[in-house]
Amino acid sequence: MALSLDINNATHSVDVEPETPMLWVLRDTIGLTGTKYGCGIAACGACTIHLDGQPVRACQTPASAAVGKKITTIEGLSKDKKHPVQQAWMEIGVPQCGYCQSGQIMSAAALLSKRRDPSDLEIDAAMSGNICRCGTYQRIRQAVHLAAKKSNL
Amino acid sequence: MTKTNLSRRQFIQTAAAATGGLMLGFHIPVSKAAISMAKPIASMPEGVEINAWLSIDPSGLVTIRIPHTEMGQGGITSVAMLIAEELDVEWAKIQCVFADANRHVRNNKEYIVMSTHGSQLVRLQHPHLMQAGASARERLKEAAAQAWGVQRSALEAKQGVLRSGNRTGTYAEFATAASKIKLDKEPAIKTPDQWTLLGKPKQRMDIPHKVDGSAQYAIDTRIPGMVYAAVKASPAPWGTLKSYDFDAIKNRPGVIAAVELKAVPGKRGQPDMQNAVAVVADSWWRAKTALELMPIEWDAGVAAKTSNSSYYAEGRRALDTKGTITKDDPKAIEIIAASKKVISADYERPFETHARMEPINATVHVQKDRVDVWSPTQDQSSAVLLVAEQLNVDPKNVFAHTMYLGGGFGGNGAGGTAVTRQAAEISKQVGRPVKVLWSREEDIAQDKQRPMGLARLSASIGENGLPTAVFTRAAWFTQDKMNQVGPATADYPIFEMPYKFPQRHHDRHNLFTHIPSSTHRAPGANQMGFMQESFIDELAIAGGWNPLDWRIEMTKDLPDYQLVLKTLKEKAGFRTDLPKGQGMGVAVVECHGTIAAACATVTVSRRGELAIEKVVIVLDAGHVINPHAAAEQAEGSVVWEMSHAWLGGLELEKGQFTNTNFDTYNLMRINQAPQVETYFASSGGKKWGGLGEPAGPPTPPAVANAIWYATGKRVRSTPFVSHDLSWT
Repeated sequence: MALSLDINNATHSVDVEPETPMLWVLRDTIGLTGTKYGCGIAACGACTIHLDGQPVRACQTPASAAVGKKITTIEGLSKDKKHPVQQAWMEIGVPQCGYCQSGQIMSAAALLSKRRDPSDLEIDAAMSGNICRCGTYQRIRQAVHLAAKKSNL
Repeated sequence: MTKTNLSRRQFIQTAAAATGGLMLGFHIPVSKAAISMAKPIASMPEGVEINAWLSIDPSGLVTIRIPHTEMGQGGITSVAMLIAEELDVEWAKIQCVFADANRHVRNNKEYIVMSTHGSQLVRLQHPHLMQAGASARERLKEAAAQAWGVQRSALEAKQGVLRSGNRTGTYAEFATAASKIKLDKEPAIKTPDQWTLLGKPKQRMDIPHKVDGSAQYAIDTRIPGMVYAAVKASPAPWGTLKSYDFDAIKNRPGVIAAVELKAVPGKRGQPDMQNAVAVVADSWWRAKTALELMPIEWDAGVAAKTSNSSYYAEGRRALDTKGTITKDDPKAIEIIAASKKVISADYERPFETHARMEPINATVHVQKDRVDVWSPTQDQSSAVLLVAEQLNVDPKNVFAHTMYLGGGFGGNGAGGTAVTRQAAEISKQVGRPVKVLWSREEDIAQDKQRPMGLARLSASIGENGLPTAVFTRAAWFTQDKMNQVGPATADYPIFEMPYKFPQRHHDRHNLFTHIPSSTHRAPGANQMGFMQESFIDELAIAGGWNPLDWRIEMTKDLPDYQLVLKTLKEKAGFRTDLPKGQGMGVAVVECHGTIAAACATVTVSRRGELAIEKVVIVLDAGHVINPHAAAEQAEGSVVWEMSHAWLGGLELEKGQFTNTNFDTYNLMRINQAPQVETYFASSGGKKWGGLGEPAGPPTPPAVANAIWYATGKRVRSTPFVSHDLSWT
């Protein structure tokens, strides 16, 4: 069955089982590999994308549930890494292996769209669903604050 | 220098033999190769190859070929810095690509070492990498000297420009001539006092690719015609496959085939395959769903009787019997037996898993005349040999493509684990390129784990409160003799303890398990550091000493330890008089040639909830070439080790692991992460230690020692979360 999906402002028609998780539609059907597989059970956040601006775990989001919604992936967050979160991530040098960072950045961007200047506690609450095995957490915290400053300029 | 490093004479011959500019990625779409560059460029670089490590294009752009892998440790940037220091070229004019592993294998280890492990890229490989830059610089100078009719010694090479008197020329102008120059004698590499680039913080070159999803990991490989495989191996490692029913699933959408994979009897090393069955389909989701629905029967054999509790019981029994002696002073046991004051404690730690964020995977394309491999390996040259062996083909026809690694942590060495063999075998059988991806559950269940271990430590205390003798006995669960003496299980931190004990006895038991083991970031030190340094606090406190002063006193003949411990004392403000519920703790462990000390500050609520507020790390690696990346590694190592010590621990039941995803195998999250402050107390000289791992091992004991000060409770096993830390 063909489903019509609005991904990063482009319409894609995909022929998949409606229960197929968005993660695999993005990665294997469409070829947007920036969204990562980490656990498959919404426990690590590596696959975080935005549905109508809300952060969701793509591994637990059936394709059918994304129909009619605006899907944003890391590839569509900005043109040329211009989003304040991406800018802050580069300035602080957050990523190490980088594998979880698409998800971290998507979670941070969603947080900043709701909270202009989040506290450490708010950052912890919004970001604790995203595991970073390299342990870049203190730089993530620092970079979210910096991104908030950049967004509010 | 390592055994694999070439002498200068060999170096000249090797470099001279390397002709022809075989650039990485020529046979795969450029966008699919993991390419890293200082600044974006539109196409693959063209240029003249000066030696295997670098080429220069007409615009002066220098392309450095990185023989090592990038796991986030800053390997790309470190190699580029080492070469650029000698070449003397503008940092902005450098771009990097990964070196060709096939070329390395074909040309008799042309890059000398491609493996990336043991925190050794900088500490062991810097001489030949700097030599590559120095050699290229001198050849450029010689080419200009010949053109200008002057002596090479009259020339200066600086920031990409050659100069003699009023004459100047760029490296690019002389690149072609330089590529044909043979030097009579290789130049000496710079000493640290001559460095202009090394030692100064540099932002890592891979970072821009890691903020927009463009960095390519092995899991991202997409090849035309590619199919996908999901695999399940015996849940109890090395069990046998009794039956599987492909008919039950073969009509599901997209399903192509089932492939049985067989362990080779007697082959149980890191990259060896388990008995397993794979389902191949046109998407991984379809393959995985079908595999989960396929009836499979396994026979775990005698392993079915094992569990965490059976192993702990066996280990405790072993601690009561004599082991293999690693160090034995004649009077150690006698002194302890006769002493009035003896401290003794047993420590225990479970299996831990690598759980790199990128689950284990590999893509292999077996073709008529060549094989292509994309795998997350810490050693792509081994991947070439591994696949060649598996398929019985000439390694010259195997091409391994270096990709970014979504974590390695010691688990992706030796060619990238058994998954690479699986992918080779499946691609051969189905006649198509195949991507094998392990589910997270498979990744944890089938990982080569950090071994379970126990230790008993005892010491007698003399009049001055200092020890008169020490006794330790370690017990490790390892799979086979090969691993019994390997670094994965080494108790070297204990038998090489730096403290000046008048008499010491150390022995160990190697106990059998079917669970495969492997190196795990800071091997040996990661397990033993906790046991040793927690016990040292017990010993110091029993003798009436401040634990930090005890360590300073007991290493007073070791200047590097004095430097590290005194720096820690100055920076961390360690104190033992905080109100109940708060505590500070210290520890020091040496690993990969680097001394690492930690001071942790914790709070423990009355109900026993632990918070790690801050960890101060002091490191002596001799030298630090990129303080920025080194500090990141220290921060990461702290989180890494505390994840296991505080929250981790694999649970074994009936021979198989039961907590195989992140809902049950817990890793540290941002709300639990401490603030880490890193200081380098570099002793300099000839010492070169590693920096990717050593900050980890002293952290858990520093936290455990802080918990004691906060609560009066001594934590002697991990994970800490399994202990009741409440206090009144």
